[in-house]
Order: sequence, then structure tokens, then C-alpha cells
Amino acid sequence: MWKRSRYKIAVFFAVIGPGLITANVDNDAGGIFTYSQAGAKWGYLPLWTLIPITLLLIVTQEMCSRMGAVTGKGLSDLIREEFGLRTTFFVMTALVVVNYGNIVSEFAGIASSLELFGISRYLSVPVCAFAVWYLVVKGTYRSVEKIFLVSCTIYVTYIISGILIKPDWKQAVIYSVRPVLMLEPSYISMLVAMVGTSIAPWMQFYLQAAVVEKGITAKEYAQSRIEVILGCVLTDVVAFFIIVACAGAIWAHGPRDIKDAADAAVGLKPFGQYAYFLFSAGLFNASFFAACILPLSTTYSVCEGLGFESGVNKRFSEAPVFYWLYTFLIAIGSAVILISGFNLVKMILLSQVINGVLLPFILIFMILLINKQKLMHEWTNSRFYNFVAWASVALMIGLTMALVALSIQDMMRT
Amino acid sequence: MVDQRLFFTELLGLKVFDLKGRTLGVVKDAAIVPLLDPVRVDRYLIGSGAAWLTVRHDQVRSISLDGIHLRDENLTPYHSDEYMLRVVRDLLDQQIIDAQGRKVVRVTDVTFEIQQENGGEVLWVLDIDIGLRAIFRRLVRGLLPRPWIRRLQVKIPPHSIRWEFCNILEPDPQRRLRLNISNRLLEGMHPADLADIVEDLTPEHREAIFENIDSEVAADALSEVDPGIQASILESLETEKAADIVGEMAPDEAADVLAELEQETSDEILEEMEHDPKEEVRELLEFKEDSAGGMMNTEYIALTDNATVADAIRVLKSNEELMETLNTLFLVDGQERLTAAVPLARLFLHDGGTPLRSLAVETLIDVPVQEDRDRVTELFDKYNLLALPVVDNDRKLTGVITADDIISVLREK
Repeated sequence: MWKRSRYKIAVFFAVIGPGLITANVDNDAGGIFTYSQAGAKWGYLPLWTLIPITLLLIVTQEMCSRMGAVTGKGLSDLIREEFGLRTTFFVMTALVVVNYGNIVSEFAGIASSLELFGISRYLSVPVCAFAVWYLVVKGTYRSVEKIFLVSCTIYVTYIISGILIKPDWKQAVIYSVRPVLMLEPSYISMLVAMVGTSIAPWMQFYLQAAVVEKGITAKEYAQSRIEVILGCVLTDVVAFFIIVACAGAIWAHGPRDIKDAADAAVGLKPFGQYAYFLFSAGLFNASFFAACILPLSTTYSVCEGLGFESGVNKRFSEAPVFYWLYTFLIAIGSAVILISGFNLVKMILLSQVINGVLLPFILIFMILLINKQKLMHEWTNSRFYNFVAWASVALMIGLTMALVALSIQDMMRT
Repeated sequence: MVDQRLFFTELLGLKVFDLKGRTLGVVKDAAIVPLLDPVRVDRYLIGSGAAWLTVRHDQVRSISLDGIHLRDENLTPYHSDEYMLRVVRDLLDQQIIDAQGRKVVRVTDVTFEIQQENGGEVLWVLDIDIGLRAIFRRLVRGLLPRPWIRRLQVKIPPHSIRWEFCNILEPDPQRRLRLNISNRLLEGMHPADLADIVEDLTPEHREAIFENIDSEVAADALSEVDPGIQASILESLETEKAADIVGEMAPDEAADVLAELEQETSDEILEEMEHDPKEEVRELLEFKEDSAGGMMNTEYIALTDNATVADAIRVLKSNEELMETLNTLFLVDGQERLTAAVPLARLFLHDGGTPLRSLAVETLIDVPVQEDRDRVTELFDKYNLLALPVVDNDRKLTGVITADDIISVLREK
């Protein structure tokens, strides 16, 4: 009995990684900005969205990890095999563009968070870009995953800084379960942005690939699912504390718009050095972490989908496309931060638009794939699950389309 | 036609003309029937209206970029045939094993050679195309005229694998038989290369390979596979096949693999195993994985104290299968207690009558079964050992740790 349950626990620890890492990277520089903005401008009101967002996140993430565990193939592999090369090529091209935009915003997050510590971006960005590149090229997947898992724990800084602010907990609890809908355009656009940043195309590719890489099979899937759900919940717990911190520190003293995530950290300053310090450190960690994952995930997806050699355990000469694309994404992604006069906001808005255009396709591909008997055997979606999945997808499509419309509107203005 | 090559992307959508030059339809797919001929395209499937028709290879007069001209227009409707390997359905975009390049690749296009046969033209599969040039052809297919694509692609380096080095992956055993897929190519590979390939495959393909290849090859390859994957492979196999494979492995490796499995599964496999190595594996399984007992193997040669070089050579001759890795002989006394270690090479320098005792190393280094793994690796480093004998509490020789075990331990760190 003891031996058996010990085996079960061992299996659980063996599957830890993919779900937690994916979910945490979701709270990247862009995510932290969105949540901070929501808290700074609307206080505790937006908290109710976190529960539905968590559910949406769980539905999509669960499908990916299940596909990875059952088929042993990445999402781009499956798209290639089932929908052909042309479709794959267009999806991959869009993915590179979207993820490039995200990578730029991560490096922007690195630059602004370290500037809070007085480190110039002309130093921090090149050093971090090199560190990101080196970590993955020279490390093995296992060692890199360990570093990422450590990085996941650093998100606790948001929870601590949220507590240090001493927000109004009663209100926080009430508004977490009380939906507030207002027909004010900026409120709606904030809600849409919150959902939009929480589910991104790259996550589906990364999670599924990580599950495959980890060697999780259908047999261990039960444990893996727990890990995925845990990851989704933790992500939104962190989001909760970010919103609460900004609500307590900024909104309570006069609601306002913030410029970027670093601006939110500055807003926390009156509440003590620690809260400020932890929030900024968390922002750096999140940006750096996502800057590691995004280029890698993009490169893997593209190479696997198009059939190029890939893998950090291959040598440069064996997998040239893999290494070149990876290096290119990091080099060009970090370089634009250093160009003065570069319109970063426009760039990020643009990537958000393509993000929104790409996401529905990815989600639809996912549902089509997961219902193929040939691939999934007895692991296809149940009818109820399909209903939930299609409903979630429809909702996501509606909301991202709204986000696209808003982003385009903003782009016209800037 | 000067160039005798035709790409599948060109064949696809090619018009098919009857005897009077009227268009019958366009090519939708092509099929090889490996049981009849492993390289010749046996059927062309053409779409005309809603239905698909089958063109047999001997009904074709000529094939070129301008179309396929028939010499016999008596076509039959297409119905699914399990003996067919269809290019679009079964090959394109799927993974195959490149046995020469020793890796798993994804098929992007197929190159055919146009051959004359009995007064007509047939296609032979020449290469499987991967890489950028084939991707380019796929992307622009149907958008640009075929001759243009040929001219444009010249700038891109080609990347192809000869058809005879391709091993198709098919998890369904019935279909494997019908498609005449053999594992000859895989069995000829180095076990370590095969192990790398297996790690790149999906669980069901891994299972299919291990189910079908020779147990000895499977055992060698399995020893080289990542421990986590080893376990999932063994669990997916029939117990009987798993026992066969484990039985072919060296006892220490077998014990390592079984230790990765759930208790129940490993018991079942042990139960099913042939008599010979079973007890040794069972004993080895009792030791903790990170102790000397868990690291050692039981494939060693021990002789009595008073044996001579001639005795040793006689014993070696009857244990030929150990010769590939053996480098040390051990001497034991009447109670099987370890007394000396003799480097194998010293045997060559002395004649038959020399007592082995006199060839032994000056300082005998050994470890008890419960010795810690780190201490063992330390000893190897300190004394530059190739093999380290392991003794139980009564100093009886129970096993040997060899340098390759140590390398695996160090790599794992």
C-alpha cells in the first residue's frame, strides 16, 4: 500500500513542469500590465472575471496536454499531419509574427523593470538577451526546466507585495464572486484585454510540446491533468494579487491609467520599499522567464511543423534552421528595444491583433484534432466537454475579435 | 522528355487523357502496392466529377508535365484497398525513419523516375524529399505553372533520402503485413542509433517497433533508451514479448529496467521470463539503485585460486559472448571469497602453466554491496579502474561494476 501510493506521488512529481510553467509564463510582462491597469483604474470590480478566465484556461490547456499525452506529438506536428503543409506554413508564419511581438514586449518588460533598480537598458537588455540565448542553447531540457520551475516560485513576490499593501480584503472577496457589468467602453475593453492576454496561441504549442518532451503518456495523464489545473489556478491567484495590490495602492487613492507595468510598481512605492521592490522583481522575473520560453517555443513549433531538425540537444550544424530562427528572434526582439523612437506601443498592439486573428484558428484546429478517433482513441472529447469547448471557443473568438477591433482603433489613433 | 524525374507535387493535379485526347480527370493520389513491387507506382487515383477512378500502371502510355496519356481507357471505380500505400494519405506529411541518416524525418514530397516498361511509361519511387526545396514546391503547387516551379527551385539546396533507406512507420500490425513493411533496416542499425530514433517517436510507434524487431536487437536498443521511456515501452508490450526482450538484456540492465516499472508489471515480466537470467535479475532487483549492489552486473568470470592461464583460456572459450566487454578475471577461494583480480591482457604474456595468482594486480580493490554510489565512482577515478568487484558481508564475490556503468551514472547527473 505504502509502496503503491509512493509510486503515485513519484508519478505526480515526474509530470510536474509543463502545466505550471505554461500557466506562469502566461503572467508575462503584458499580462502583468493588463492586470495592473485593471486594478489601478477599476479597483476591485474586475476581480470576478478571474474565475471564468481560469475555467477557460483550464478547458483549453487540458485539451492540449491530453493531446500531447495521448498522441505523443506536438500541436504543430498534428496540424501538419492532418491539415497539410500549406495550412501549417501559414499558421507558423502567423505564429512567428505574433510571438515576435510578444518577445519584444518581454524585453521591454526586462528593460523597464531593471530601470526601476537603476540599471540602464543599454546594459540590461543585451546581457539578458545573451543569458536567455545561452541558457537554452547550452543547457539540457532537464536543467532548463528546473530553472523555470524555480522561476515559477518567484511569482510568490506578487502575493507578498499584494499582502504588504494591506488592501480592503472584504471588498476583494465580495467582488471576486459578484459580476459587475457596465456598458462603459473602457470597462469593456479592459475585460476583453484580460481574457485576451490570458489565452495565447503560443501556450497551446508550448504546453503540448512540453508534455511530449517530458514523456508523459496516456497512463500518467490523470496526474498531468491535476498539474495543468493547478497551474491555471495558481496563475489566476497571482493575477488576483496583482489586481488587488494595484487596487489598494493606486485606485484607492485616485483611479488612473498607468503607462506600463513598471509604472504600477512605482505606484506601490508609498506603501513601502518592500512592496515596490517585490513587484519590480516579479516583473523582471516574469519578463525574463517569458523571454526564455517564447523564442524557444516558437522555434520548436516552426521546426517541427515544417520538418526541420530541432532540439537543444542537437548541434548547430545538425539543426541550422532551429538555431538560426531561435537566435534571430532573440537578437532582433531585444534590439528594437534599444532603438530610440521605435513605436513600441504600436508594435505590441499589432501583435495583439494578429494574436486575435490566429487564436480562433488554433482553437478550432485543436477541437477538430481532439475529436479524431484515429488520433485520440478513447480519449476524444465527450459530448458535454465538446459543448463546453465549443462554447469557450465561441466566447474566446467573440472577445478576441472585440480586442482586435479595439486594438485597430488604438492603432489608428497612435 | 530529357529529364526523367517527376515530383509528386507535379503529378498531383496532372490531367489524364483518354485515347482520343479527351480529359478524363486529374490525378488525386498515387498508390504503391509493396507486395507486388516496392518501388513502382501501381495505381493512379483520378478524380472525375464526384467519383474516383483507378488507373493501373500498365494502362498508361506516357507521363509528362503535360499530362498522362492512357493506352487503355477501361478504368475501374476506386474502392479502398488495404494493400495500397497511398502517397497523399499514408506518406505525405507523415514521419518516416531515415535509416541511413539515422533520424526521423517528415515527408514533404516524393521524387519519381519515369521508366519504360512493356511499351508504356511507369513511375518508380526514387527519393523522399524533405527540406526547403520540397517545401517550396508544396507551397507554390498549383499557383505557378509546373515548368516555372522547376526553374525557380534550382536556387534552393535539395534534401532527399533514397527510397530504399526509408522505413515507413505503421502502428497497426495487420496493415504492416499487408504493406509488407519489414524492420530489416532498423535491425541493421547500431543499437544506440536505434535508441535515439525510438526516443523521437510517439509511444504507439515505439511499441510497434519493439513488438516486431528481433528480441536481441530490441534488448540492445532498449538498454540505450532513456529510463523513463524504457519503462513505458515495456509496459506497452505483451508480457511475453517484454520478457523475451528483458531476458536478452544483461542482468544488471534488466534489473535497472524492471526497477523503473510498477511492482506488479515487473513481477509479471519476471514470472514470464525464461529460466536462465531470471534468478540473477531477481536478486539484483533487491539492491538499492544507488548502492554498489544496484549498479553491479553478474556477468563476470571467476576461477579458483590455483587455476592456471590454460584453465582461464578454457573458461573464456566457453563464455565467448562475454568477450566483447570483459577485461578482468577474478579468483576466489574454496568458500567463493574474493582473493584476487587478474587483468585479462596479462594472460597473453605468459604460457599456459603459469598460475593466475602470480598475474594478479598488487592491490585488490573491492566494495561491499551496500557501498554508496558516489563512493564507487570515486574509487573508479582514484584507482583508474576498468572493473570493480563487489562482495557481500562474507566477502563472497557477488558482482562486478564496470566502467560503462560508471559512465552512465555520471551522465545522469
